[in-house]
Amino acid sequence: MNENTPQQLVMRHVIAALVTNEPGVLAHVAGMFAARGFNIDSLVVGRTENPELSRMTIVVTGDSAVLEQVRKQLQKLVPVVKVVDYQDAAYVERDLMLVQVSSKGVGGDADKREEIASLAQLFRARVVDVATDQIMIEVAGSEEKLEALLKLIEPYGIVELARTGIIAMRRGNASPFRKVAMARAAAAESGAGGGVDAADLPPG
Amino acid sequence: MSTSSPQQLSASALSQGHGTPTDKYKGLTGAQAFHRLMAEHGVDTIFGYPGGAILPVFDAIHQAEEFNFILSRHEQGAGHMAEGYARVTGKPGIVLVTSGPGATNTVTPMQDALMDGTPLIVFAGQVATGAIGTDAFQEADMTGITRPCTKWNVLVKRPEDIPRAINQAFMIATSGRPGPVFVDLPKDVTAATITQPVYDQPHLPGYHIREAGTSSEIQRAADMINNAKTPLFYVGQGAILSDGVDVLRKCVDAANVPVTTTLQGLGAFPETDPRSLDMLGMHGAAYANWAVRDADVIVSIGARFDDRVTGKIDAFAPTARAAEAAGTGGLIHFDIAPENINKAIPVTIGVEGDARKNLELLLPLLKPSPRKEWFAQLAAWKKEQPFRYAHDEREFHLKPQAVVEELYKATGGEAIVTTGVGQHQMWAAQFFKYTHPRRWFTSGGLGTMGFGVPASVGGQVGEDILAKAEGRKPLPVVNIDGDGSFSMTAMEMTTAAQYKIHAKSIILNNDFQGMVKQWQDLFYDERYSHTEMHNPDFCKLIEAMHCKAFRVTKLADLPKIMREFIDHDGPAVLEALVEKHEHVYPMLPAGKAVEDMVLDPTPAE
Repeated sequence: MNENTPQQLVMRHVIAALVTNEPGVLAHVAGMFAARGFNIDSLVVGRTENPELSRMTIVVTGDSAVLEQVRKQLQKLVPVVKVVDYQDAAYVERDLMLVQVSSKGVGGDADKREEIASLAQLFRARVVDVATDQIMIEVAGSEEKLEALLKLIEPYGIVELARTGIIAMRRGNASPFRKVAMARAAAAESGAGGGVDAADLPPG
Repeated sequence: MSTSSPQQLSASALSQGHGTPTDKYKGLTGAQAFHRLMAEHGVDTIFGYPGGAILPVFDAIHQAEEFNFILSRHEQGAGHMAEGYARVTGKPGIVLVTSGPGATNTVTPMQDALMDGTPLIVFAGQVATGAIGTDAFQEADMTGITRPCTKWNVLVKRPEDIPRAINQAFMIATSGRPGPVFVDLPKDVTAATITQPVYDQPHLPGYHIREAGTSSEIQRAADMINNAKTPLFYVGQGAILSDGVDVLRKCVDAANVPVTTTLQGLGAFPETDPRSLDMLGMHGAAYANWAVRDADVIVSIGARFDDRVTGKIDAFAPTARAAEAAGTGGLIHFDIAPENINKAIPVTIGVEGDARKNLELLLPLLKPSPRKEWFAQLAAWKKEQPFRYAHDEREFHLKPQAVVEELYKATGGEAIVTTGVGQHQMWAAQFFKYTHPRRWFTSGGLGTMGFGVPASVGGQVGEDILAKAEGRKPLPVVNIDGDGSFSMTAMEMTTAAQYKIHAKSIILNNDFQGMVKQWQDLFYDERYSHTEMHNPDFCKLIEAMHCKAFRVTKLADLPKIMREFIDHDGPAVLEALVEKHEHVYPMLPAGKAVEDMVLDPTPAE
């Protein structure tokens, strides 16, 4: 590329992939990312409304060339049915976090339980467990929201922390997965089975 | 996923009830179903090696009439034989091996086939399903091991799943960009009898292949080619794999454009045609690399901008890049594998799909142009810097290039050529003129030393079958090899002898790993760290394997001995004792730009 090409923008992308629900698919996807040197910020797998399919939500950081490769290399894998990049789309993302915070203050005897609980309330987080010197908070939301809460409770002393990683879904009726679901529902209704549904195919 | 029931997670996608079930496999064992499916897919040859876990299948194919079985001496050999067979016939190569080491030995051929787009199906035994995961004898996690080196793999868990697994294996191996597929067959699954109705139709919701580009993409490509001053077709194996060579020829005629091919694309366009610029890349023709530098439109047809082709990415195709910026040209990439487009090189127009189909759409849109200046320039370069070398008449200083040229002369080009990997491979590419598709195959992407001997055996098997079907005399398959590469898989000449396969090898013996030595000469001050070979007496070795051996030590004897070698009616090896210090030129060192290309120091005639 010549020198006039503007610096490629490195951005965070949320990618959703529908994959067939069979052993080895997670290893396949994770192995491909490792082999090609793509950095995964988070990868979440779970069941969907269709027992044959699982849904992976993958957060990757890279420029548009890297993301094009990520998308194409994912699509190349036979167990991957469909890939959608949520860049430039309105979507909802959620991360779920459990965090155990010290209510004794750092090295002190102070009782910070009320303070932490009210902080949690401001974030619509829930207190899910209380012990003499600790308090466990559950909070769901965007990555930014979780980071903001963490920043505020960090000074109290974080004892333990677990996060699920991001799941995401496009807003409204625009979901590209909707076509697949509708076609499947129609096929199931008409009793027809089998074959590759045209709605499964990529556009064009 | 702790909430998922274990049954649901372990259920195989193969077992899902898509399509119409059939009872035609009822009563057969898994192994008998395998036999039947091979026959249904028109398999005429299987390469492999038996062993404990695959014995039910070997028992089922005992005295099978539908296909021949070729017993290799090592499972890697079986894999490369199947690749050679596939490259000559266009049909998938079939390999049947046992579990554990039998299966792991096929990993190199599978990665080789993955990189070079060769259809290959490896069936391997596996320990019984109940023993999987217990570190049983000859157990290996083959689906885990082969996941990154196959297009698709599967562990078959019920005999009822064998038909669909095999049908999907054939479909995936042969469609799109062809490649390797691995099917793991546990011993209890092949031994068990099918009692349930079978869903045997492929069900692959995640496997899509785009047939051709859109009409607007094709039109834009045609406009760019028609408006180009100095266009160039850069053709890879995709043109051959899609059977698109005749349409390519028509496109070249229609638009009057010069053609350079990749190492794997040799034979896609006749090198005897004046518009051919032969091979490009690291050891390609200087004129081909200069044409890439000066072309304002580069049209890649079934080639993937490998680093051995591009050299330094930023300095690749500067004229086309400038034309792209000016809106007058650029790079066009036709490829069936979407991930290859914009991978190594960002292109101006990317067109997905089958090369033949896209060329058929492109052809009527192309307009003729004389391009007199461009062709005059190319002709001048061809005259200035041909592939060349200086003869040496001294004994044991025979030039390896002379041996390749003599093979071309002795056969009139009517031969199928394969190679190992190294200097001999490049000389074979440079000094034999390729005019037909599927008459040249080599390990390009992976660079697998030891490819040549077994590939020539498998290639000859395929050629004999093709020739018989077409009622003609088979072409000889000749492996142009080096002493290092030959030594890696030499025992497969025994396979050739056992089955009377007339495969031939030429060893360009310089008692060195020549290509590594060349790099040590040029970049490591001639420190030959472990590249010198203490070789066996190759002629004795070859005779011990029941093959005919020939040896040539000087130029004067070459024509006569080459003639005898070619005319010999049986498997044979010709050992040529060649100059040790010969280098392959031109050389575009890895990661360098075309200005850094090192030309042959031999003065041009």
